[in-house]
Amino acid sequence: MQTSHSFSAAFRATWPVLFGYVPLGLAFGVLFVQLGYPWYYATLMAATVYAGAAQFMAVGLLAAGAGLLEIGLATLLLNARHIFYGLSLAPRFPTAGLSRLYLMFGLTDETYALLTSSNPPAPEAAPRFYLQITALNQFYWIAGCTLGALLGAAITLDTRGLEFTLTALFVVLLVEQARAVRDPRPFLVALASGAVALFTVGSEHMLLVALGLATLLLFLNRRDYA
Amino acid sequence: MSALTYLLLATAVMAAATFTTRAIPFLLLRRHGGHPLVLHLGRYLPPAVMTLLVMYSLKDVSVQNAPYGLPHWLAIAVTATLHLWRGNALLSIAAGTGLFMWLQQSGVLAG
Repeated sequence: MQTSHSFSAAFRATWPVLFGYVPLGLAFGVLFVQLGYPWYYATLMAATVYAGAAQFMAVGLLAAGAGLLEIGLATLLLNARHIFYGLSLAPRFPTAGLSRLYLMFGLTDETYALLTSSNPPAPEAAPRFYLQITALNQFYWIAGCTLGALLGAAITLDTRGLEFTLTALFVVLLVEQARAVRDPRPFLVALASGAVALFTVGSEHMLLVALGLATLLLFLNRRDYA
Repeated sequence: MSALTYLLLATAVMAAATFTTRAIPFLLLRRHGGHPLVLHLGRYLPPAVMTLLVMYSLKDVSVQNAPYGLPHWLAIAVTATLHLWRGNALLSIAAGTGLFMWLQQSGVLAG
């Protein structure tokens, strides 16, 4: 009973990610099979790597026959932003076990956003609720990548603009953060950090640099906060 | 190295690299979960991250060329206003995305 209650709460929290991940995954799958590999390797990548931006980057690197070291370093750099996510989630995660490992593995931008914003149905159900959110999100991603690779260029549905679901999700979560955190400073710190990063390193590595800068500023000013 | 071996090795390398970036803070904070600094970041990092994720998802929007990012700004305004007003995530996201898709596909704002 509690499992199904928690599951429906998790599904309600994740459905925007469903509408965001499926079209993105479709796009990845379509690109991936153009490399000449069978469709199920797209599924394998979605299941084991599970990182949208890195997978798109990999299509280009694989096509160019890039070295493994180059692929590894590029992935590390592109995903380095995730380091800042764990910093604020560590106290909420179970302290040991497979579920801890899976929650760490599945910590994408969208999963982080949901885990920090949604309330579990009951405090004691939190670990299960977090696992369900993480697993549902990965399921959507695997389904999208697999479908895209299977259908390939046969997809004619006009889904242009559907990827805005993820922007809208972040906007909604931002509004909810603004309601919960009645303090403009973290938002202003982020805006300034984002602007500085955009003008110094450009759009590609903006998130990594801005997250580093914002974390540093929050750290330095920690004594000013109540 | 066959093409398949190359793909499998590349996938393994990427999986390891991605997991490393996600696991590092948990390994570093293993003994400091209740530290005041971690609690401070736990409270104030999420609002900063959410602000940055919105900015990041708009990073490739051009404000210099038509339609000057207008579909994005309109759809964001609708999403945020609806959410402030009704507080229903389903409604806010569906309305914002629906408007955005219509603006993109109909080309009403194309310059």
